[in-house]
Amino acid sequence: MYEFKYHRPATVRQAANLLVKNEDAKVIAGGHTLVPVMKQRLASPPHLVDLSHIEGLNAIEMKGRSLVIGATATHADVANSATVREAIPALAELASGIGDPAVRHKGTIGGSLANNDPTADYPAAVLALGATIVTNKRRLKAEEFFQGLFSTALENDEIITRVMFPLPKKAAYIKFRNQASRYALVGVFVARRPSDVRVAVTGAGSDGVFRATAFEEALKKRFSHKVLEGISASPEGLNSDLHGSAEYRAHLIGVLTRRAVEAATAK
Amino acid sequence: MTFGMTINACAADTAAVQPKRVLMAKISLIVNGNPVNANIDPRTLLVQFLRENLRLTGTHVGCDTSQCGACVVHLDGKAVKSCTTLAVMADGHEVRTIEGLAADGAPLHPMQEAFREHHGLQCGFCTPGMIMTAVDLVNRKGHDLSDDVIREELEGNLCRCTGYQNIVTSIAAGAKAMAKSA
Ligand SMILES: Cc1cc2nc3c(=O)[nH]c(=O)nc-3n(C[C@H](O)[C@H](O)[C@H](O)COP(=O)(O)OP(=O)(O)OC[C@H]3O[C@@H](n4cnc5c(N)ncnc54)[C@H](O)[C@@H]3O)c2cc1C
Ligand code: FES
Ligand code: FES
Repeated sequence: MYEFKYHRPATVRQAANLLVKNEDAKVIAGGHTLVPVMKQRLASPPHLVDLSHIEGLNAIEMKGRSLVIGATATHADVANSATVREAIPALAELASGIGDPAVRHKGTIGGSLANNDPTADYPAAVLALGATIVTNKRRLKAEEFFQGLFSTALENDEIITRVMFPLPKKAAYIKFRNQASRYALVGVFVARRPSDVRVAVTGAGSDGVFRATAFEEALKKRFSHKVLEGISASPEGLNSDLHGSAEYRAHLIGVLTRRAVEAATAK
Repeated sequence: MTFGMTINACAADTAAVQPKRVLMAKISLIVNGNPVNANIDPRTLLVQFLRENLRLTGTHVGCDTSQCGACVVHLDGKAVKSCTTLAVMADGHEVRTIEGLAADGAPLHPMQEAFREHHGLQCGFCTPGMIMTAVDLVNRKGHDLSDDVIREELEGNLCRCTGYQNIVTSIAAGAKAMAKSA
């Protein structure tokens, strides 16, 4: 790891000022992506701005018809929150399946979204539920936020402060774990929203999280796994690696979407 | 990369041969109930701080890549991987390590005793992490734990020796014993 100066701001405004003042400064939340990357010297920020001590930044609450989750809420916070369990149980289940208990005690929703790992779980939920990502500067729709592998619309001095999830009528997330890393080989989040149906896929796309529109169209007509018979995902644009071929991942998308719809309708 | 260059530039500015300047950080935290103050390089990992500064070598480093769980300690009562936590981030917080479960010479913690009784270890390398993970599990999920739950919860802890069977048995027994001792 290269040297850095450590900062512990008390407010988002202080954190943002530190980012503006110090070129190449980076924020750290749970550190469960950034610390490993710094150890490997793949990142060497000269300044680290610790968000984990900003009071209230991990708050979870209902605001009108939206579930609002603060950026530094840990995966364990989301998994155990009675508010999340009542509002969007699929989201609590997703969080309870990230990594292992120790990882869930540190990793945060903001860190996961800012990192936009193509095999991470949260991006699927954010895209399928049509969430809004709120930063210290603006509000971003899920579609504009994710911009391909490990890249997002965030500017260098921009900090995610919270994520707003409009409540779906029904939702479910099914993750097919990579046997070694336990990240998603493929994960599918299905959300039946008041206005439409969205199916978001993580783990499979060579460009990160994406929506499976053919499945969405069918499900809009009738929200039942039965309408998905005969519809398959194309392997084009999907990852092929030692963990699975593009064809295998395409097959999994079909299987997991059916299972997710079944799970959502069973609730 | 840019930072390495800045450091070199600083050294060149001041004196011809100067040891590399290190940005130190003051931290104070509670470790196993005792207040600890230190001046550390912010790069210090929590596990390094525990083992090298405090000589609490019960916490192990197995993988150093957040996979194996040999380094699990409790931070404010919650299990975390200390190889992936910066010591500066623990400033102002409370850490408990395997050494903090039972005082020297005192009877073992019920979870430690269960591992001894049920042969939950062979070489013992993974054991501190297993036990700290197990105690955290009992704190969260109670004293009556099914084998399925225990196995699921051990997702982040690897053992190269036992085949897990006796670890699972030990944790189930230790969880029950903790109910009695509480
Ligand atoms: C063993 C292991 C297993 C894992 N398994 C899974 C898994 O199954 N599924 C999964 O989805 N993830 C998994 N993860 C990743 C884990 O969820 C990470 O914790 C998470 O992706 C990053 O969150 P963090 O708070 O640790 O971020 P950090 O490491 O602190 O930061 C990550 C990046 O995000 C930036 N950042 C952090 N917070 C903000 C913010 N509020 N605003 C702007 N930028 C920000 C940082 O600058 C950095 O670039 C795993 C990690 C480990 C170590
Ligand atoms: S040494 Fe920390 S998880 Fe292996
Ligand atoms: S007892 Fe040897 S690694 Fe677990």
